[in-house]
Amino acid sequence: MNIFQFMVQNHDQVLELTLEHLWLVGISTLLAVLIGIPLGVLIAHWPVLNKPVLASANIIQTIPSLALFGFLLPLPWLGERADRLAILALTLYALLPLIRNTYTGIRGVDPAVVEAGRGMGLTDRQLLFQVELPLAVSVILSGVRVAVVISVGLATIAAAIGAGGLGEFIFRGLAMVNNQLILAGAIPAAALALFADTSLGWLEKRLRPR
Amino acid sequence: MDRSSTNGVAIEFRDVSYVSPTGQEVLSGLNLEVLRGETFVLLGRSGSGKTTTLKLVNRLLSPSAGEVRVDGAATAGVDVIALRRSIGYVIQDVGLFPHFTVERNIGLVPRIEGWAEDRIRERVQELSQLVGLEPRLASRYPRQLSGGQRQRVGVARALAADPALLLMDEPFGSLDPLTRDELQREFLLLQQRLHKTVVFVTHDVGEALRLGSRVALMEAGRLVTVLAPQEFLRSGDPWVAAYVKAFKAGLDSAANRGTE
Ligand SMILES: Nc1ncnc2c1ncn2[C@@H]1O[C@H](COP(=O)(O)OP(=O)(O)O)[C@@H](O)[C@H]1O
Ligand SMILES: [Mg+2]
Repeated sequence: MNIFQFMVQNHDQVLELTLEHLWLVGISTLLAVLIGIPLGVLIAHWPVLNKPVLASANIIQTIPSLALFGFLLPLPWLGERADRLAILALTLYALLPLIRNTYTGIRGVDPAVVEAGRGMGLTDRQLLFQVELPLAVSVILSGVRVAVVISVGLATIAAAIGAGGLGEFIFRGLAMVNNQLILAGAIPAAALALFADTSLGWLEKRLRPR
Repeated sequence: MDRSSTNGVAIEFRDVSYVSPTGQEVLSGLNLEVLRGETFVLLGRSGSGKTTTLKLVNRLLSPSAGEVRVDGAATAGVDVIALRRSIGYVIQDVGLFPHFTVERNIGLVPRIEGWAEDRIRERVQELSQLVGLEPRLASRYPRQLSGGQRQRVGVARALAADPALLLMDEPFGSLDPLTRDELQREFLLLQQRLHKTVVFVTHDVGEALRLGSRVALMEAGRLVTVLAPQEFLRSGDPWVAAYVKAFKAGLDSAANRGTE
């Protein structure tokens, strides 16, 4: 039986684990966007915070994923359920590209444009939403893209703490020394990463300011 | 009514100094009055403090000492957003929003001021005509325009909410000589019709003498003198004379080249 026959035969399980995987990645990316973009905006306007925030996000990024899951396990409420834990860990990993790209994108806006806007009486809020964010959007999106691709890969490890997702196949395959099972997890995960990368890349190009 | 608004003073600097965040004294003891309806030119070499002076008017910068008054009121005490919206601002790099069409760029201040859409559209058309922009350019983006066209959009945008006061920072500085000449000529015609109070920054003596009703010469953060263009050419002041000499040297050497 080859890998494709296996996947067709177990399609409901493949689908279920893929959806679980998407859920982990989707929610964590959403949370990372909601936290990372405001943080990026904050440090772009308040340079004192720039170093500590970026350094913290960097340090999180360097913690090995299994260790991070381990560190988070004793947390109340979160530690109770594996998927909460996995989402928190994935969110933390996705923060760095989001904070960094938001920061870079906003700092990259032509100072003459910001100056003209301020001189004409735009409020800080209007400058942010009508000038800075629209002009930084493609850089921010490329941060989202990096975050999603990292998350799709990392989320396979979430199965190690029982959070589900395509990692289930992989860990089962490793335990049973069954390459077909490993591939049944790895191929859809790779396809997801590729799909996310391509579609977000397309969107990024579309939204690049002219 | 305040004294200065009765006698036609639009802007007043009283003993204004500005020290930059790095501790450099950029302006010291600046006193000047800009009269309503005049084109007040700030002339000086680069680094002399012209841009800083302009930014003190719309409070992009605040004085370290002294007071700047616009329409009789100290700028330190007024709502800064309202102040800026009541003052047109044109900068050398133009600063058009690259993600806005020409139309949206021009209509920016009316829109944030909450004008109705059809009134904005009308105003944008009126202004495009005023500054000589062809209607077909309305839906273009700034990068699709020539330098001269961009500068026209910059002027139209500054005039959009019909401010009585206009600040222009080397608006024609980066244009080729022919386009610059054309825009200077149109500026004079426009000013005959609109009678705005204009503070115009330039390092070009010819431009200063052509456009200014009065020319203020700045050097190293100080005001050297304020003169009408005719007085400027005759002045005995050594700084002014140096400018006039440099200006004439350019003309003379060009005129003499054929005879050498
Ligand atoms: N934010 C700043 N920090 C430090 N120095 C500044 C700053 N802004 C202006 N300067 C200095 O102030 C001086 C005058 O600048 P500016 O007003 O831009 O001159 P101009 O417009 O006449 O060329 C220059 O020497 C410049 O280096
Ligand atoms: Mg300047």
